[in-house]
Amino acid sequence: MRLLSSWRRDIVCRDAVALMTDYLEGVMPPRPRARLERHLADCDGCEEYLRQMRATIALLGRVQPEDLSPETRDGLVALLLAYREEIERDRADGAGGEDTGGGGNT
Amino acid sequence: MVPPTLGAVPGPGDEDLIEHLRAGDEDAFVNLVNRYHASMLRVASTFVPSRAVAEEVVQDTWLGVIRGLPRFEGRSSLKTWIFRILVNRARTTGVREPRTVELDTGDGLDRGRFTVDGSWREPPIVWTDDIEDRLAAPEMAAKIQDLVAQLPESQRQVVTLRDIEGLSSREVCDLLGLSEGNQRVLLHRGRTRVRAMLEDDVKGWEK
Repeated sequence: MRLLSSWRRDIVCRDAVALMTDYLEGVMPPRPRARLERHLADCDGCEEYLRQMRATIALLGRVQPEDLSPETRDGLVALLLAYREEIERDRADGAGGEDTGGGGNT
Repeated sequence: MVPPTLGAVPGPGDEDLIEHLRAGDEDAFVNLVNRYHASMLRVASTFVPSRAVAEEVVQDTWLGVIRGLPRFEGRSSLKTWIFRILVNRARTTGVREPRTVELDTGDGLDRGRFTVDGSWREPPIVWTDDIEDRLAAPEMAAKIQDLVAQLPESQRQVVTLRDIEGLSSREVCDLLGLSEGNQRVLLHRGRTRVRAMLEDDVKGWEK
């Protein structure tokens, strides 16, 4: 909690909390950022809140992909092989219709 | 912190992998599947109503990847390219409204925690100090996934792509068709909610 706010342009806790993602994303212009940093230096509550946001983000970043089952993997490899066979057949037929419209690369 | 990611650049190891994939290397494909399948399933799940439909979308995406690889030009990372195919398929498959951005409903911001003049009614309890070890526990990863699953759809998509999958804001804007500003609002609301739910969880730990 801050003591008396003597600067009219100082921000309040509610604003500080609302700005935290902008702050963490690095998109704040220098002056508002300096005001926010001044507030954070003075306010234990907001400083802890920022730490909590960072802890939350760190935790989200630690979510690991689940292990792939061998069945799923084999199924996908079969998909690849089937596609290749299809291509080969097209080539053999002399159609050359390789582009089946999947994917896209724009 | 989220590692800083750049916009349209190949991901690490992409070029090598692509070369092997184009040469028809099955192991390279298995490598690709191992690397991205679970992520794709997670992202697809934020668009469609059930796990079964998400699995269909991912399967369909793999087919698109196999077909599209010869034409992949490496202007984005392999991951972003795959996700783009995925999001396109998920959107055409999704039963839900494809483009609703819930900017005004259920923002999950902690407004009630402040007095009229904007100070903390009660400052946040301190829990980041002693939480490190417990946050690192494997069950927390499952817990946090459950929390993300409770977010409104748009927030869930942005938080999943940004914070779990580690895509850059530009990539996420591009994938979801959002402005930078809207993306940030959704990210903020999503993170704010997850933080609050995490706090509720932490409060129940001891004492």
